[in-house]
Amino acid sequence: MSSPSAFSSLTTITCKPNHNIPSIIPSKPISTSFLGSTPKLRFSPLSTPSSTRISCLPILAVSDVVKQNQSKTSTIRPNLLITKEEGLEIYEDMVLGRSFEDMCAQMYYRGKMFGFVHLYNGQEAVSTGFIKLLKKADSVVSTYRDHVHSLSKGVPARAVMSELFGKTTGCCNGQGGSMHMFSKEHNVIGGFAFIGEGIPVATGAAFSSKYRKEVLKQTDFEDVTLAFFGDGTANNGQFFECLNMAALWNLPIVFVVENNLWAIGMSHLRATSDPQIWKKGPAFGMPGVHVDGMDVLKVREVAKEAIGRARRGEGPTLVECETYRFRGHSLADPDELRDPAEKAHYAARDPITALKKYMIENKIASEAELRAIEKKIDEVVEDSVEFADASSHPPRSQLLKNVFADPKGFGIGPDGKYRCEDPKFTEGTAHV
Amino acid sequence: MASIFQGLGAATVLTPTNSIDSKKFHVSPRRSCSERKARFLVVRSDGSLNMRAHRANKLITNAVATKPDGSVASTSSSKPGHELLLFEALREGLEEEMDRDPSVCVMGEDVGHYGGSYKVTRGLAEKFGDLRVLDTPIAENSFTGMGIGAAMTGLRPVIEGMNMGFLLLAFNQISNNCGMLHYTSGGQFTIPVVIRGPGGVGRQLGAEHSQRLESYFQSIPGIQMVACSTPYNAKGLMKAAIRSENPVILFEHVLLYNLKERIPDEEYICNLEEAEMVRPGEHVTILTYSRMRYHVMQAAKTLVNKGYDPEVIDIRSLKPFDLHTIGNSVKKTHRVLIVEECMRTGGIGASLTAAITENFHDYLDAPILCLSSQDVPTPYAGTLEEWTVVQPAQIVTAVEQLCR
Repeated sequence: MSSPSAFSSLTTITCKPNHNIPSIIPSKPISTSFLGSTPKLRFSPLSTPSSTRISCLPILAVSDVVKQNQSKTSTIRPNLLITKEEGLEIYEDMVLGRSFEDMCAQMYYRGKMFGFVHLYNGQEAVSTGFIKLLKKADSVVSTYRDHVHSLSKGVPARAVMSELFGKTTGCCNGQGGSMHMFSKEHNVIGGFAFIGEGIPVATGAAFSSKYRKEVLKQTDFEDVTLAFFGDGTANNGQFFECLNMAALWNLPIVFVVENNLWAIGMSHLRATSDPQIWKKGPAFGMPGVHVDGMDVLKVREVAKEAIGRARRGEGPTLVECETYRFRGHSLADPDELRDPAEKAHYAARDPITALKKYMIENKIASEAELRAIEKKIDEVVEDSVEFADASSHPPRSQLLKNVFADPKGFGIGPDGKYRCEDPKFTEGTAHV
Repeated sequence: MASIFQGLGAATVLTPTNSIDSKKFHVSPRRSCSERKARFLVVRSDGSLNMRAHRANKLITNAVATKPDGSVASTSSSKPGHELLLFEALREGLEEEMDRDPSVCVMGEDVGHYGGSYKVTRGLAEKFGDLRVLDTPIAENSFTGMGIGAAMTGLRPVIEGMNMGFLLLAFNQISNNCGMLHYTSGGQFTIPVVIRGPGGVGRQLGAEHSQRLESYFQSIPGIQMVACSTPYNAKGLMKAAIRSENPVILFEHVLLYNLKERIPDEEYICNLEEAEMVRPGEHVTILTYSRMRYHVMQAAKTLVNKGYDPEVIDIRSLKPFDLHTIGNSVKKTHRVLIVEECMRTGGIGASLTAAITENFHDYLDAPILCLSSQDVPTPYAGTLEEWTVVQPAQIVTAVEQLCR
């Protein structure tokens, strides 16, 4: 396909196919004969407004809502999708993601970091498009390709770089590494290195939100959880199981598929019977949306609606972002299978270049302003490296820290004392 | 489902019989409660209270011992406390904790409206609502992972494996997330979950439903494992596990749910890390846990008649081991027999043997003997199944050999 101007028209954010076949099942088939006499047994936690949803509200396609909203937003700045402030924020976040990852590659080849390092280059529109719309109390669950999700959620570049260097100042004190980024402060709840395992955890975080609202009565709304994962994960059972549970209990979660077309060396088309992942949403009774994941503004519009739905208690959404990684699966991947023409096609659709072009053409920001951001980010990333380099390696005393939240879990020694009370435990020299 | 396991009263092991026929043992008719209770002796282990004053506030060890010294024997119904079955004790502990802390919730298959496959959560959904007692679809890895995610974000879920064996499907979540995530997050996130459910060799349930997962789970860092064996410790361990900041796996045994015991009315919790002295003795230390405790006690009866004085310890904490209680016993008897239902290769007994050898080798007068289940898939046929797990006669023989 030819590459259309990235931001030509908002109406292209449609669910494919967009006309004859409705992309969204109109409503949960609650009244079908399958349920026989059991509808009253359906889950209805406590008396909540959301439980009435089942019987009346149709599930709207996000694209419909986006279309409706168009007229509203156009009252301020006709045809423009973002304000200057928003534009600069998302530009900065995307540039940060890109520069940070490029720096990681350099540092990896210089022997400053080890192990498997999966870089996010090319997919920035997804992380930025979604996460920049979250509040601090909202949660993000990521995969092994998690540096940029963490950065977008507000974890300082210093803390992420330091973690990659395996230093105490890292966001997990050097105990996590590239694939296990966490930040309780920013509600980044992993960092999951196995395919699919983060999705249930994200579902659990969403369950907590609902529980806080309906059982503990701590909030009037539901904090939102975003679960990021790739096209390869969408063939894993945990994906299907959690779509089911999230829809069943109407959880405030958005399932964000970053379909970069390749699961290491396995082409999505060779792995998946129906490659349109978004279609699996309607199959479980939730909206499924396909969006151009190389276009941050389109991603953002879809994200806005999906996150809003979750926060309003309207339940989960499945969003498939078609994107592309500009590098191999990890820095250890020779990347020999992907067709150069395919790579070139997506390279021409670089989401950062596209946003820059859009902002300048529409006079949202000047070139000088954007260059200033790039310069600022260069400094931030340089600083993160200097900081990480200067930070200390974990001392021996850290070895046995955090194995158990309550160190009594190490048990009682022959002397009748808890083993964690032994000075050797604080020194990290005990044998466990 | 649970009804087929009826008939195993706590005190049946104490019936004066030398029979080691486990069939007979299983189906022996229930005796009246008073008759049973008459043979229980409640021992408070004050010694350990004194020795570990720093934990005294948590420590109410109420070991059931059978040493017939006849000093305390009460059968009257006016005795304080109340009598209940083991599954009811678990439920009582769970209910008390849910009353105490609104962040405690239950999730699993059929835990809500159905009340749990062994009725441990009966009535809780009605009392606490469908969100706090969540019936999940049959998706072990996903609902276990969901429990972990909920725990990371402030709840204290109790996750039930309808049968412990089903949790093999959740092994990744239990190992990678439950066990490691506190560490990999640099201590930022805690996972205060309890994973519990029925396991062990039942009565002809077939290989897949007769598993002892403790051997699989024991090498996961960052989790604790306890096995309950009496209504008293079932309740106390359930409460302790819920209150623990660590992920705890609580093992229950399908054949012990209908054990009856009188437990205190006042609140108590057990210590997760502590073993339970079941029967003090001098000649040999027998370390056991879960259902094998009753096979051991049945053997102990025979051994006492033969003039032996075995010390029986229910290790209760499968990870970590209570090396203090175990060590003190080894230093006293110098002989150790381990009796477990776990698999021989890589089982709890193997780890226990290693721990004792490492720590107390100099006190041993004989090599440690370990009686485990055979390394075979648990057969369906009753005869074969019986030969798979350790029987009291083997225990008697092993002690005679050790004390020769």
